[in-house]
Amino acid sequence: MPDFPFIFDTMGKLLAALPTTLELFILSISVGGVLACFITWARISPYKLLSLPARGYIFVFRGSPLLIQMFLVYYGLGQFAVVRHSIFWPVLREPFVCAVLGLALCTAGYTAEILRGGLIAVPAQQIEAARACGMSGLLLLRRVIAPIAIRQALPAYSTEIILMMKSTALASLVTVWEVTGVAQRIISQTYRAMDVFLCAAAIYLVLNFVLVKLTGGLEYYLTPHLRARPTSLSAGLRPLPPPAAGDASHG
Amino acid sequence: MADTARKSARGVAPLALSVKGIHKSFGQHQVLKGISLDAHEGDVISILGSSGSGKSTFLRCINLLETPDDGDITVAGEQVKLRRTGDGHLQPSDRKQVDRIRSELAMVFQSFNLWSHRTILENLIEAPVHVQKRPRAECILEAEALLEKVGIADKRNHYPAHLSGGQQQRAAIARALAMKPKAMLFDEPTSALDPELVGEVLKVMRTLAEEGRTMLVVTHEMGFARDVSSRVMFLHQGKVDAEGTPQEMFGDGGSERFRQFISNTIR
Repeated sequence: MPDFPFIFDTMGKLLAALPTTLELFILSISVGGVLACFITWARISPYKLLSLPARGYIFVFRGSPLLIQMFLVYYGLGQFAVVRHSIFWPVLREPFVCAVLGLALCTAGYTAEILRGGLIAVPAQQIEAARACGMSGLLLLRRVIAPIAIRQALPAYSTEIILMMKSTALASLVTVWEVTGVAQRIISQTYRAMDVFLCAAAIYLVLNFVLVKLTGGLEYYLTPHLRARPTSLSAGLRPLPPPAAGDASHG
Repeated sequence: MADTARKSARGVAPLALSVKGIHKSFGQHQVLKGISLDAHEGDVISILGSSGSGKSTFLRCINLLETPDDGDITVAGEQVKLRRTGDGHLQPSDRKQVDRIRSELAMVFQSFNLWSHRTILENLIEAPVHVQKRPRAECILEAEALLEKVGIADKRNHYPAHLSGGQQQRAAIARALAMKPKAMLFDEPTSALDPELVGEVLKVMRTLAEEGRTMLVVTHEMGFARDVSSRVMFLHQGKVDAEGTPQEMFGDGGSERFRQFISNTIR
């Protein structure tokens, strides 16, 4: 018989840490996303001076464990006197900031490659049509290239942010009291690993269920052109079917 | 059908487009060896030639989708500013001018090249609203009239992938018209279409010719060249091999090579 009072109590404590998990997630994918745009821009540049460092960045941050990257930020940066004496130190000494930084630097590498994949798959003919209409530079990027690239990158990106949601658990190892960290603290006090970790896992499951629904809905909303042509009969009689849940492959 | 052919407007109407001495090489291969062309307002010029003769490259040089190695381009009296770079190649020196001139020369592509993520109506108003900065409401009204004209008004909210090839090409022609171009460039507009869809596109192009629009048409459609165009230009190995009115060209005026070309084309 499950100990319901204990489970409710644990759930309450874990949910109190949920804002920290969400903050880690939102901040790291936001910072990582902006960083990724710059890395992608450098990576596809014809100039080696830009593309080589971008390649190097992607190689390092995709190729090494996220946990080690986070430890290097948390334990490693403080070893440099330059960092300790800089104006950033009051911020960089915070475990939460280190966790966000570690997560953001890592996801930026992956996201840059996802964006690049979306970009290189934009049909050259559609770009040419835009040029022939007098578009260039930012207008061309904003009106034609980016909208197509983002649509193509979305399925892969939704997988990346689901991975990131789960990766926030690593922040517990640099003493950030997010959901997993709090779970471990409860276990060290009660030795009831099964109940507590199941509660924590349930929270991540629900979070990712919501994420899947959100990204799936966004993808559905953005890609009416990939769906079957609405026939006059079905369009008139019933609404279009809802998106398939968790359908990473579109079409 | 020869009586329906339009008379050349040469010498009467002002110049819409003037191109002089266009040279272009890809690596060692010299594709264009000095091609010149004057198009007066209302001219419909068919550019013929076997594959590899440089006709598409020539058309793409006119709106600078390819940068010519040498030559002059003047659109409605405005010369395109080109400068020579260190390695001897030409380069447009005024990005804004190139964008503006491109928006005055609408292009219709062989593979339609409609923007797949936008509806047909959105495809039509994209450049008028965002490049020419005209009021959206006005552009929508004009776009609807154009879709009516090319016969696909009922497809305004469809996406390109939901249309047949012929419908997509008619939408692409409407998109070109929406920019109110001074001249239109057609790059083999019917070559990617199933034979039974070619007619509907040619019919639209014929209407445009009758309206007096200035058109440069790279094509393999001999019927269109003979019946609709005011002038025919035959390219061979990067040079103008023969040029004249359709009557001259399809009569006894064309070159020996041109006669051979059409006898191979019309079976």
